[in-house]
Parts: sequence; structure tokens; C-alpha cells
Amino acid sequence: MTQRDVGLHVPTLTRVEGEGAMHVVVHEGEVTDVRLEIYEPPRMFEAFLRGRSYDEPIDITARVCGICPVAYQMSATNAMEQLAGTRVDGALRDLRRLLYCGEWIESHVLHIAFLHAPDFLGVESGIAIARRHPELMTEVLHLKKTGNRIMEVVGGRPIHPVNVRLGGFYRTPSRSELDDLLPDLDRAHAAAVGLVRWTAGFEFPEIPDRLGEHTEFVSLRHPDEYPLTDGRVVSNRGLDLDIAGFAERIHELHVEHSTALHAVLDADRRYQVGPLARWTNNHDRLTDSVRDLAAEVGVGAVETNPFRSILVRGLETVWAIEESRRLIGGYRPPPAPFVEVPPVAGTGHGATEAPRGLLYHRYEVDDSGIVLDAVIVPPTSQNQIAIEADLRDFVRSHLDLDDRELGRRCEQIIRNYDPCISCATHFLQFDIERGGAAGVR
Amino acid sequence: MSTHADDRPTLAVWKFASCDGCQLSLLDCEDELLAVADRVRIAYFPEATSAMVEGPYDVSLVEGSITTAHDRERILDIRRRSGLLVTLGACATAGGIQALRNGADLAEFTSIVYAHPEYIDTLATSTPIADHVTVDLELRGCPIDRRQLLGVLAALLDRHVPRMPTTSVCTECKSRSLSCVLVARATPCLGPITQAGCGALCPSFHRGCYGCFGPMEQPNVPALRRRLGDLGVDAAAVDRLLATFNVEAFARVESP
Repeated sequence: MTQRDVGLHVPTLTRVEGEGAMHVVVHEGEVTDVRLEIYEPPRMFEAFLRGRSYDEPIDITARVCGICPVAYQMSATNAMEQLAGTRVDGALRDLRRLLYCGEWIESHVLHIAFLHAPDFLGVESGIAIARRHPELMTEVLHLKKTGNRIMEVVGGRPIHPVNVRLGGFYRTPSRSELDDLLPDLDRAHAAAVGLVRWTAGFEFPEIPDRLGEHTEFVSLRHPDEYPLTDGRVVSNRGLDLDIAGFAERIHELHVEHSTALHAVLDADRRYQVGPLARWTNNHDRLTDSVRDLAAEVGVGAVETNPFRSILVRGLETVWAIEESRRLIGGYRPPPAPFVEVPPVAGTGHGATEAPRGLLYHRYEVDDSGIVLDAVIVPPTSQNQIAIEADLRDFVRSHLDLDDRELGRRCEQIIRNYDPCISCATHFLQFDIERGGAAGVR
Repeated sequence: MSTHADDRPTLAVWKFASCDGCQLSLLDCEDELLAVADRVRIAYFPEATSAMVEGPYDVSLVEGSITTAHDRERILDIRRRSGLLVTLGACATAGGIQALRNGADLAEFTSIVYAHPEYIDTLATSTPIADHVTVDLELRGCPIDRRQLLGVLAALLDRHVPRMPTTSVCTECKSRSLSCVLVARATPCLGPITQAGCGALCPSFHRGCYGCFGPMEQPNVPALRRRLGDLGVDAAAVDRLLATFNVEAFARVESP
């Protein structure tokens, strides 16, 4: 091993959502400091949610993240409906899933083609890829647009949709409005399959010291479906809890270098969420065609290399398109656009699968429907420890790379997680004693 | 392939406290993105590209509000290095949802949510960009309307002044022949005092406008308050309706 010193500092991480920096220090061949620094200014959602009405977190928390607003809307409404004991089923549930599929398609394709693929090709941006591969990117842009079109038809607009409310929607679409999406979905399906095959040709680095199959992957799991809007919280290492039970097991550490909190299970169990976790925990819930495509491109039932998450995002995009077609095919407009969700005093929990992983909300509400307390645990907070561990393990085993190449690979490691730094940056309420900076080492 | 000597205008995209949604609107222009990228030189846009070109920049698009001392300095520097400075969306034009801290007890806010408040550097207020530097053009909305963004970029490239709406959302409902949700459905709606630009999106979904484009010029807020009161909406609920993504802008209208 090279006994050298390295000081990598990337003050502005690019091709990520939000503002962060990376800091890696190697002294005489030993990695002495690794930090994903999140300096995005805190916005204090959980503080100002107090005193709001129970129907308002849907629209307010959407503003945590412009990339995954539907995830916030769905986790918020799930929490309030769980508290009220209201079930939203049938066509209303299907429409929610369709809206969420639109977000998965748009977010995943943005990440695959514009944020992540440039790393594998050694170019600066998705626009640069478009200049090299115009036919491919024309179809990719149409694919991304199809995700946005779904969100426009069901939600009103792709960023901060206006049509979601407690119990359902303000207005439900007609069958013909949804049927009009089908030709675009057919074209998008071909593009998504093409995108998976194209990215399968990339070279994928390895992280030798990584936990590999010992990684604890946490995701939702549903009895019949690939997880999206609901389910139990499971892991490949035996976790199996309802959503409220899971929340009790998360501990969050507040460290000096980040305005985001670092989540661990119990006192010190490192885990990760996101596409690799969903895939590994729910491979048996995929469609045959997605499993066949995965086998064709060499993605197995368990995928632990974070560099290969780009393939899983592509496969999930294919799944989301197939799910959208299925939901539209079976759609019959419901008798009413929503069911009543009365205010009930107590605590409600909601969790759904944001494109980048499990997103948990908890609200304590009084009997007039006023929010007394709010907690949001976004996916990037849960992945921050895994990201820093990957950086450490990779640097340790790649000290033969020059600083420039090492720095480039480190940035790619961060992008492997599709981090949403805007999401990660918020303040959690602390109801247990937290560790200091030493807690994450 | 672009072979011209690079005399294209340079474009920079900056982020302050925000959700990223407004700059994402640019990447959501799937049909026009590559054409835009041909006509302007994207010189600084970290969310989309690792390439960073030193300024000055012909046009700076600014997303987000000012909430830290560092950002207060950063916007001065960006202003100095920018030809035209255009603010994008409710955070940049009004302080955003995070302006709900304004007037609240910051120490209490921080202690609600932080184990180590001493790690945190933040101002007591979230303020619009125009409180700190001269802004040449403001695009409203939470998020902005991407057609409006494209219209502004096209106008700037053609060197004419873009026309921005100054009327209320009501005019958009009328032009779309939507029935008034306030009159016909007794649904609380901020349309009568909210600047047009969204195309009356919420009313088209049978929902009242929630004011994400902020106040129009000279809005009659007291009259709307009375009208909502007549519908049976209590004063606290009306206060909440006005206190969302443009809370600071509506507050300044009511208490100039």
C-alpha cells in the first residue's frame, strides 16, 4: 500500500440535488478523515409544521424536495390516514401509485442519464452525452418527459403537484385522459430497455472491503407488489416491522460537518436504503419481463455493488412503466375523488419508497387536527453513513490512483446513492440522547 | 457539433435555500433543453454539469432565499459577476416557506430540532434576493412555470424585455372558461389576490388557488378576508392560507 498523503477537497459537489462538499484526508497511507459535508442551509420544516392543520403537510413537505415531491406527499398523507384509520383503496390507490410511478420514471431517468452516466463516460454532463449520442438521448428525454406527463395528468404538474389531498385527489382524471398516455408509455418502455442495455456496457469499479452481502438493506415489502406506497419495513438481515415499530429503532446522530442527520438502527447498526435495497428485498415481486431483462444484463437477485445501482434504477424504470400501463388498463374512475379523513388525536406514521429510498414521516396531531409535532426521516440521511464508509473503503484500496482520478471516483461514489441533499437538510426533533461527531466513526 | 467561436451568452444557475425544484424546471424542458444548450453557454450549473467556467456571466438565474451570513455575502459577489440577474420562484422572490421562521423565536426553532445548535449557522430570517441586491427580473411560482422560464430565456436571447403578467389568477380562470371555485363551490381560493402565471392550475383541478405565485400588484386582501369569512372560514385558517410559500410577500402587503 502506498504510504502517501492525500488531501481531497471538493467544495461544490456537482450533479447532485442540493449543496454538499467532500473531504478526504489520507496520512501516510491511512485514511484519517472522510466527510460528506452537507452545508445546504437548514430550512426547519419540522419546526414550522407545528401549529399547521393536518391537511397541510402534504403541500408543505413537498417543498422539502423538488425532485421527489410525490414521495413527501404520499408519506404525509399515509401518516394522517393511518392515524384516522382511513383506508384508501381501489381506483384512488391505483391513481396514487400511477402518480408515484411518474415520479420514479422522471427522477430515475434524470439520475441515470444526466447525473450518473457522465461519470462512467468521463464527460461533464448529460448534455455532453446528447452531443455524442443524439438518437439515444432524444429517446431518453422522451422517456423522462413521459414520467412528467403522468405527473401532469394525475397531479397537475410534475414539481409540487397540486391535486393530492387527504383521502385521494381534488379531481380524478377521466379514462381517456389516462389512455392518452399509453402511446407515450409504449415508446418510453423501448427507451428504458435500451437505456438499461446501454448502461450495462459501462465498466463498474468494485469496493473490495465493502460489506458486500453483509450490507443491511432496508426497504418496504408488500405482500403482492414491488414496494412503492406501503408495506412493512424489512431488511435482508431479518428486520420485519410495521412502520411505527421501525421508527422506534432509528437513532439519529447530529454531527458537526453536516446539516443533515445520520441515521443508524438501534445504537450502531449501519444500514442503507434505495434501489439496491428494494431490489434485494423484493426481487420476487418484479414482473417476469423485468427479471428477464435483469438476467440478460447480469443483474442477479442480490446486487450489492453501489456502482451498479445505475442498472437497478434502469430496471426499476422499466418496472414503473409496466406498472403504469397495468394501472391505466384497469382504471375505472372512482365514484368520488376522495374519502373523508377526519381529524383524530394521536400519532400517525407513514413511509413510502422515494426514488432514492425509504422516506418516513410521523405526525402528532390534536383532536382539532392541529399538528403538535412532526418528524421526517429522508433517505439520504439514512444513507450518509454508508456513503462515507464507501468513500473510506474505496480510498483505502485505491491509493495507487492519482489525486485527480481518486477524486473523480469519490464523487462518483457519492452519486451512486443519488443523494438528495435538499431532502437530507432539515432538522429532526431529538427525543433521545444523540452521539456527537465521534458517533459516526 | 458546435463549431462556432463561442460568442454565445453565458448562463449561470445559482442555488440558495430552496428545494431545487425551480432549477429542475430547466431540466424538465425536455423538448427544448438541447436547443437552449445550443444557444447559451451553460457556464455554471452544478446540478447539471461538472464543467465550471469563471464569470462574469451574461445571465444568472438565482434560486432560493438568503438564510445564512455566508449566503448574504455570496449573493453580493454573484451580483457583481452577473449581467442580468433573474430570480426563480417563491424562495428567491419572497423568502419561500422557510420564511415562516421570520418573527418566530429562532432559538426555540433550533432547539426543537437540533441536538447541537452550536453547529448551525443560520440567520433569524429568510429573505428574498431583492432585499440584498438589485434584481432585473422575477419569475414567480412554487415552482416556476417552465413555459414562462423558456419565454424569458427566449426574450433575453432576442434582446427584448419579457412581458410578465400583473393580473390575478382570476383572469386566467376566465380565459380558460373555468367556473369560479369560490362562487360555485364555496371553496376558499386566493386567486383574486394572486399573480397570474400558472394558467389557473388549481381551479382546473377543482381546488382553490393557494397563492404559490405570490401577491399580484395592489391586491385587495381585506376584501378577500371578508369574503372567506362569509364562507365560514375562521380567521386562523385564513392566516394559514396566506402563510405558506409566499408568507413574507403577503405579510408585507398587509403590513407594509
